[in-house]
Amino acid sequence: MASKELATVTQGTALRPPKHGWQYAPSPEGTDHFKLKPRYELFIGGKWVEPQSGKYFKTINPATETVIAEVAEASAEDVDRAVRAARAAYDTVWSRMRASERAKYIYRIARRIQERSRELAVVESLDGGKPIKESRDVDLPLAAAHFFHYAGWADKLAYAIPGRRARPLGVAGQVIPWNFPLLMAAWKLAPALACGNTVVLKPAETTPLTALLLAEILEECELPPGVVNIVTGAGVTGGAVVNHPDVNKVAFTGSTGVGKRIQRDLAGSNKKLTLELGGKAANIVFADAAIDQAVEGIINGIYFNQGHVCCAGSRLLVEESAHDTLVRKLTRRIENLRVGDPLDKNTDVGAINSRMQLEKIQELVAAGVSEGCMIHQSHAQLPSKGFFFAPTFFTGVSQSHRIAQEEIFGPVLSVITFRTPEEAVEKANNTHYGLSAGIWTDKAAKVFWMAKRMRAGVVWANTFNKFDATSPFGGFKESGFGREGGRAGLMPYLNAEGV
Amino acid sequence: MDTRLPVEKTYKLFIKGEFVRSESGRALAVPNESTGGITQVSRASRKDAREAVIAAKAGWHAWASKTAYLRGQILYRLAEVMEGRRAELCEARTQAGVSSDEAREEVDLAIDRTVHYAGWADKISILLSSTNPVAGPHFNVTSPEPTGVVAVVPPDGGATLLTLVSTVLPVIVSGNGAIVVAPERDPRTTIVWCECVATSDMPAGVVNVLTGLRSELVPQVAKHMDIHALDLWKSDTVDAELAKSASVDGAENVKRVKVRDAQSVDWASDDAQGLSFIEPWLELKTVWHPVGL
Amino acid sequence: MALKKKAVSTSRGARSNGHAIVKPGSQDEALHLPTGGDRRRHTYRPPHVPPVEAVGLEERAASLAKRSIKKASKLEGLKMAISMMDLTTLEGKDTPGKVVAMCRKALRPHDRLDVPSCAAVCVYPNLVPVAKRALAGSTVKIASVATAFPSGQSPLKVKLDDVRRAVEFGADEIDMVIDRGAFLRGDYGKVFDEIAATKEACGRAHLKVILETGELGTYDNVRLASAIAIEAGGDFIKTSTGKVQPAATLPVTLLMLEVIRDYVDDGWRVIGMKPAGGVRNAKQALQYLCVVKETLGDQWLDPDLFRFGASALLNDVLMQIEKEHTGRYAGEDYFSKD
Repeated sequence: MASKELATVTQGTALRPPKHGWQYAPSPEGTDHFKLKPRYELFIGGKWVEPQSGKYFKTINPATETVIAEVAEASAEDVDRAVRAARAAYDTVWSRMRASERAKYIYRIARRIQERSRELAVVESLDGGKPIKESRDVDLPLAAAHFFHYAGWADKLAYAIPGRRARPLGVAGQVIPWNFPLLMAAWKLAPALACGNTVVLKPAETTPLTALLLAEILEECELPPGVVNIVTGAGVTGGAVVNHPDVNKVAFTGSTGVGKRIQRDLAGSNKKLTLELGGKAANIVFADAAIDQAVEGIINGIYFNQGHVCCAGSRLLVEESAHDTLVRKLTRRIENLRVGDPLDKNTDVGAINSRMQLEKIQELVAAGVSEGCMIHQSHAQLPSKGFFFAPTFFTGVSQSHRIAQEEIFGPVLSVITFRTPEEAVEKANNTHYGLSAGIWTDKAAKVFWMAKRMRAGVVWANTFNKFDATSPFGGFKESGFGREGGRAGLMPYLNAEGV
Repeated sequence: MDTRLPVEKTYKLFIKGEFVRSESGRALAVPNESTGGITQVSRASRKDAREAVIAAKAGWHAWASKTAYLRGQILYRLAEVMEGRRAELCEARTQAGVSSDEAREEVDLAIDRTVHYAGWADKISILLSSTNPVAGPHFNVTSPEPTGVVAVVPPDGGATLLTLVSTVLPVIVSGNGAIVVAPERDPRTTIVWCECVATSDMPAGVVNVLTGLRSELVPQVAKHMDIHALDLWKSDTVDAELAKSASVDGAENVKRVKVRDAQSVDWASDDAQGLSFIEPWLELKTVWHPVGL
Repeated sequence: MALKKKAVSTSRGARSNGHAIVKPGSQDEALHLPTGGDRRRHTYRPPHVPPVEAVGLEERAASLAKRSIKKASKLEGLKMAISMMDLTTLEGKDTPGKVVAMCRKALRPHDRLDVPSCAAVCVYPNLVPVAKRALAGSTVKIASVATAFPSGQSPLKVKLDDVRRAVEFGADEIDMVIDRGAFLRGDYGKVFDEIAATKEACGRAHLKVILETGELGTYDNVRLASAIAIEAGGDFIKTSTGKVQPAATLPVTLLMLEVIRDYVDDGWRVIGMKPAGGVRNAKQALQYLCVVKETLGDQWLDPDLFRFGASALLNDVLMQIEKEHTGRYAGEDYFSKD
């Protein structure tokens, strides 16, 4: 009976696997849920004010080289206005407010960031070139988390420094970089505000937009005018912020070169300073490591955010016996990295932040090749417009090569071998930087042994590029001083006076 | 005639995220000071207490396994919901006999205290952990963990909303599951607050509430072998004798029992909040690991 | 597919490790417990596999699950998923009527939509003849579970009889279970030998080796069991019976695909992969395809190398295909439930 029934059934169409493989169709994140203004003014004293000079600069989308908006260029006079607004807000409102009320403002900011997170993520990717999946899944959740975490500290400062009286410092001048624009603003603002300081913040000139959207959020949250002031501009503006005589505290994240200059400029002043500078992290892989997860950690360590990460694992130190296997796996793995439109949800590696940065990367890669290192590069098809660079790694690199010494700040990895843990330690620490390090081994006792010897502020074991609002981040040596995150992140913003 | 008959609320127990009547079917009459009438509330039995313990155990596991950050977010959400339901909370307090002004002030304080504890979730471990410099090749770290299932007997009389949040939140913020023996004279406020809890995304079973006679319920929670700690506030309905016998009963499974006098605390002040309220309901765990090649 | 045609040497495939001499039919044979005097058993050295870091594995799987598959690639992926399905019924209450209806569905999953046939049906041995008749002349294969499915807790002789019977009945593919009890007590030799013996009993039928990952407890165990199954001669490795929770998960599937990739990179023969149980909707199916594509490459997106073991998945995939065509979400009552 059964087979009779079936007599009428004909088979479905035959299907052969697609000839050219199964391709992911473009999946761009929508941009119709918000509207950017054509021009942004300075945010001073709770108002949007025109720059005194009347000068504006253009911010472009690095993936298309098209202009997104015009942004005011703050002069020293504008910065002075901002500092005066911050001082007034500090004296009359913010330092006098009950800590628990201050907390509630910061919680509001956190919530608003969560609510407008998709818009902020898209603008971050438009303005800076980072893949939407990263701005959506990393930058935005972490930015909100920092505000949440520090909101909770505002009325608990006495616990953070037992036996001492916690007092704010006054006006903080903060200068932040272009690699994590909104996140760095959050890292800077949240602890400063929680401790009762007021702020003048200068975003990077290539990525000012999310900080300006954040200013809109501060308005929506009814933050008292002047508590946070945002002045856009380039190095001159930043210089005016850090050198203003009425600024009590300077926080800078950026290159070691500029950091050194700020430290010299501030020498002799009473300003408290914290610096979060460059890095040349060693990602150390032992032969006994969970190799496939190590590969993911290496990929994440160097290609996350196009390698525009101060703690990027840009030097891969691999135990010689695991070298060939690891290189084979890496070669296979980089071909799967999807390079292209930052707004495409499937993009793994987006646009290089600026032409200048792209040229710097190209120059150092050329140096690697001419110094005789072997280059391995993904065959990803790069878009014809915009600033892009294919994921790259070099083998046959030794400590003396330029690509092993200089911070490339791009998707370029140098593979170096070692034979013993002692040698790994020696090579890992053989740099003037000391921001981060990675250790990959299945043996926990070795993790602790290695971690103890790393001259670096953050050590990731069997993972990489992990950040959390509760976890202090910052460097040893020329990677800077001061920590951001957790209890330690309060210290740069407190005057911890003895009782 | 355009008068309208109001629809009255039924006050039930709150167990495992659900509002349920006592399995015993018994009720307790509580006067409503603002109408002059009475409210019938559930009079929880020993079996209800047993169910509450099972729920709290599940709640503890679900809650403690969440990240501290998420616990903080959910407690902050609780504050948001309380703000949205402030009228109901105020009404519950006026039904217990306080003036509208006093009720509003108390609700403000209770909401702000909830925000305060939301901020504690991810700071407890930061402040109470240590890396211990042991004299040898070992990595040694101590960190706090929730005790488990904690029975809370908040003060009866006084500002029962404020004292409720001031005693329950420091217990649950670290990940414990709680069984609350509601104030006998004003059980309504606790149940209305549970309606906030129920819509705050907090996992079921983290907060469970028994209403009824404290003389019946306190000995039951004190004796239960699956309750790990008892936070007992002496007040109108918990006298010294009841507190003493509960302490004795608690010794059977080495419960962490804390008996305090509700009168000794100025509940409206900042002294009635903070780490010292959280710390008793934590266990410290120390982990050793060798360091070497 | 280029890889397949190369037909990588099979000489390193199924092999016996030459130990485990136990008197057939004895109680020892039943449990295969080591006895004091029997040292040979310990000569089997399981393959060395690198450790697995669970958090990192799960992060990688989660990131692949976020791939956004839209429009043409979605349609193509869903059709591909159908062509890879082993439509399955493994119930005590299975009847010829049920199996015939399922075969019909496997042959022609939908009367209006332009979709391929499923790869196979998967049934208990008793129902293989029914499926055989129902699918005569088609390309749809017949898979049968055997080896005392799902627990595998029977003597080897019984298991091998089970296999031979299913093959005689007409099964093209045998889905065996490994002896998890033996694996967990460290008797890897028994696990290896049973797979090798089953492979032999299969004759021309393809062998899928079910690890029952939900009972193995750790990813390290999954990796080791996968390696043993491959070295002992399995043509496919498969996650689960569908009778134990958790069944297939994305991280477990990723891990097993990584094991296959490592063997292939070492020049071993090609091995197929089958997640089973737990893949219930179209979205999940696409996530699995992304994991396959980005772990082993496009050549593994082929029913000869990748299968889904599922029952409820097909209708959800069909509903999604219809939605892609009509632009409106479909209702489940518009799809036959067989």
